Amino acid sequence: MAVLPFKRKKQETFVEDTGAMKGSQNIDTKKLKLVIRVSNSSVETIEKRDKVLKIISTILVYAFLVVMALVIILPFYWMIITSLKTDTEIRATTQTFWPQIIMWSNYADCLGRFNFPLYLGNTLIVGIISTIGTLITTIFAAFAFARLEFRGKDTLFTIFLMTMMIPGEMMVITNYITVANLGMLGEDNAIGVFAAMIVPFWVSVFYIYLLRQNFKQIPNELYFASKVDGKSDWNYLWRVMVPLAMPTLISIFILKLMGSWNSYVWPNLVADNENFRLISNGLRSSFTATDGNPQYGLQMAATVLVTVPLLLLFIFFRKYIMRGVGRAGIKG
Amino acid sequence: MEKKNNWKAWLYLAPVIILMAVFTFYPLINTIGISFLADYDYTTGTSSGFTFDNFAFVLGLKGVESGGTVSYLTDVIQYAIPNTFIIVIVTVPLSIIIALLIAVGLNSIRWVKSVLQTIFFMPYVTNAIAVGMVFAVIFESTGLWNYVFGTMGTDWINNGASSANAMFALCVYIVWHALPYKILIFLSGLQNIDKQYYQAAQLDAAGKFKTLMNVTVPLLSPQILYIMITSFIGSFKEYSSVVGLIGKPGTSGDVGYRNMYTIVYYIYDSIAVNQTHYASAAALMLFIVILIFTLIQFKVSKTRVHY
Repeated sequence: MAVLPFKRKKQETFVEDTGAMKGSQNIDTKKLKLVIRVSNSSVETIEKRDKVLKIISTILVYAFLVVMALVIILPFYWMIITSLKTDTEIRATTQTFWPQIIMWSNYADCLGRFNFPLYLGNTLIVGIISTIGTLITTIFAAFAFARLEFRGKDTLFTIFLMTMMIPGEMMVITNYITVANLGMLGEDNAIGVFAAMIVPFWVSVFYIYLLRQNFKQIPNELYFASKVDGKSDWNYLWRVMVPLAMPTLISIFILKLMGSWNSYVWPNLVADNENFRLISNGLRSSFTATDGNPQYGLQMAATVLVTVPLLLLFIFFRKYIMRGVGRAGIKG
Repeated sequence: MEKKNNWKAWLYLAPVIILMAVFTFYPLINTIGISFLADYDYTTGTSSGFTFDNFAFVLGLKGVESGGTVSYLTDVIQYAIPNTFIIVIVTVPLSIIIALLIAVGLNSIRWVKSVLQTIFFMPYVTNAIAVGMVFAVIFESTGLWNYVFGTMGTDWINNGASSANAMFALCVYIVWHALPYKILIFLSGLQNIDKQYYQAAQLDAAGKFKTLMNVTVPLLSPQILYIMITSFIGSFKEYSSVVGLIGKPGTSGDVGYRNMYTIVYYIYDSIAVNQTHYASAAALMLFIVILIFTLIQFKVSKTRVHY
């Protein structure tokens, strides 16, 4: 019983008795030592080799991650330093990783071409109104799907989810015809154009799905208790469910706001008038690609102005953003 | 009680159903209808009847006659379709593999993990147009890319750049922009994998690569399927990346030159010039292609995905 060998390929594993069983019935398992021997190398050398291998692989993992992180962060860094360079330095054949002369004036100059306050205001109007609308419709629909019983519930929910598979271009074509034929797209029709940028985005199937999952986790007992208290469904929704689902609602709010900030395609189609443009459209149209020699310093100053608010939002609400986005991968 | 709930439920759903009826379901049917109408003009709502020619026109098989000459549309068949497929075939696998490696790496470390995680998520919260313009500066002929790789003077995206060069720059940008979402999804999937599987693999003396291929990938297969489906759909629809990076559909001073067209770029251009019947035909074909790709993936996943 001193050695319990079992062989596999070249590897040999056995338990060595180091006095565990001496003169006693009780086996002191602490004194049993597992010995693994591969082609006559001892435990110490194997342990040492494993340790070295582990350190090497950890170093390799870190090296890979750091290199990739630099690749990710480089465009941000390049944007910021280019926004502070002179045009000659930007176009020099020897690129510099720090501006020789810091040109704060690029920022002042870019505002002459890129009407940041106007676009910011437009984007916030569209973003906030469409976000509030979405939150309201989403809360109602998620409540109905999570809490209420009605015929055809599962079928309807499945149809809703299936619409997420359809490329948006299918809808965009007719939606454009709809808003155009309703006379919403006139040059001076501010209300029409803004409504066209807002109303179609008051529904999001994905957020309904997200909130429904969250509502479903709220225990039924709370619902029955509020029923016993004589509270209506309406009361229960606003007093119990909405406060409990607040983290998800904040996630939806921020993601939706970011969506408006980044939306380009639809606003580009409906907002012809310079004064109604949102921030992405304003950015692209202020610096068209047909410019003979684009002034990259000014362009990058403008992109910094567009990018930094989002990054700030991300830093402050990192938890909500990453949770809201990450939830998509967990199939429910 | 059941009955009372019944109409109340529909009341709660009313806003969503009305909005989706107007902006999702009706458009879907209407767009399919328009794609079969000849010479449809949306401003007047007139057309000259039912036809299959819109599809043939978009694919360059049938020309339109005006003033005795027949002109064919070649931009879609020559540029938009090949470009879109190149983007799909190059960026989807590449971004999935890189994202998977980064996620596995992040999952195996402790020190500075959250800092790195935050950095890797940053491209997600950026504006596609703004970052596209940054990549345009990086890919300038005297830009950072050429400086680092010693290819000073090469045109990547400027007027006169070759299609292959512009496509390369575009794919670099798309992969960069596509990584964060995938990393986040993979990472949240990895964190849910039971440690026991790795201990078992270690007992069997499986190497790192073997463990990755035989343990991690199968256990992560639901997330991989989800990411594959969404990124196939997303990259079939690439458009704003081209607008951000190049700013116009071609790498030439000639406005009519559209070597960087994508299918969706063509769709939006057609809407703007009152050719919604062609746009609809192109969109319907795109939808069918996406549908086929999605169904194939579901079919394959039946045998490969482990829930």
